[in-house]
Amino acid sequence: MIPLPQVLTVSAALFCLGLYVVLARRNGVFVLMGLELMLNGAALNFVAFAAHGGGQRFLGQVFALFVIVVAAAEVGLALAIILRLFRLRGSANLDEPRILQG
Amino acid sequence: MTSGGLFLGGAALLALLGALGVAATRNVVHGALFLILTLLAVAGMYLALAADFVALVQVLLYGGAVSILVLFAMMLTQAPDQPTSADRHRLPAALASLLLFATMVAAIHATPWPGSGATQLDHVDFPTIAAALFTTWAIPFEVASLVLLVALVGAVIIARREPGE
Repeated sequence: MIPLPQVLTVSAALFCLGLYVVLARRNGVFVLMGLELMLNGAALNFVAFAAHGGGQRFLGQVFALFVIVVAAAEVGLALAIILRLFRLRGSANLDEPRILQG
Repeated sequence: MTSGGLFLGGAALLALLGALGVAATRNVVHGALFLILTLLAVAGMYLALAADFVALVQVLLYGGAVSILVLFAMMLTQAPDQPTSADRHRLPAALASLLLFATMVAAIHATPWPGSGATQLDHVDFPTIAAALFTTWAIPFEVASLVLLVALVGAVIIARREPGE
């Protein structure tokens, strides 16, 4: 028996801290770390519900695995983009590029 | 409280501590180390929630690959002892995330969760997960491998130095 509301609260806190980092930070690497926190909060929810529900309880775990895989793909691609931006602009701040602005 | 509950609570505390550290520090290396703490603590929570395989994947993929990738990108884009440039929208961001958190907590406490079907957690063994991944979820599994392939090829092409640079 797991304390479901408490675990859900922890994952909500992880998600909201990640959201704060994503919204407040200018440095692209930090924004990515915030995204990882948010994805972890979401995956934690899946695992918590999987542990709570009876029956086919591993389905939530399968979903969490897919979340982790997509996060890995996302972080690789996003870090490449940040690297490219840094070479182009000399800074990893995400609010500075205005190349596409007309 | 059982030892499992204590373990879950401790891991949750560590995860929150790491996340707070990521939100508070301006030093990128400290941020990355706090992030690694959070990721490993979440793996501990997975263990306490009977998700052994997910915990393993979390340690391997997040604790290993993703954190190394973040440290690597940081090495290439930032002098490690310099704090990152000041953030501009701290207050609105804090307000927005606090509001979301309050809403979520209210929703969690307003919902009457049905009691768990099982009185104790039986750990999901690897063959069960493997069978689910390779039978019911075979197509999403293969699509996930395709997503990884495409993302990594794209990352190589984007990060590659072009002759003119």
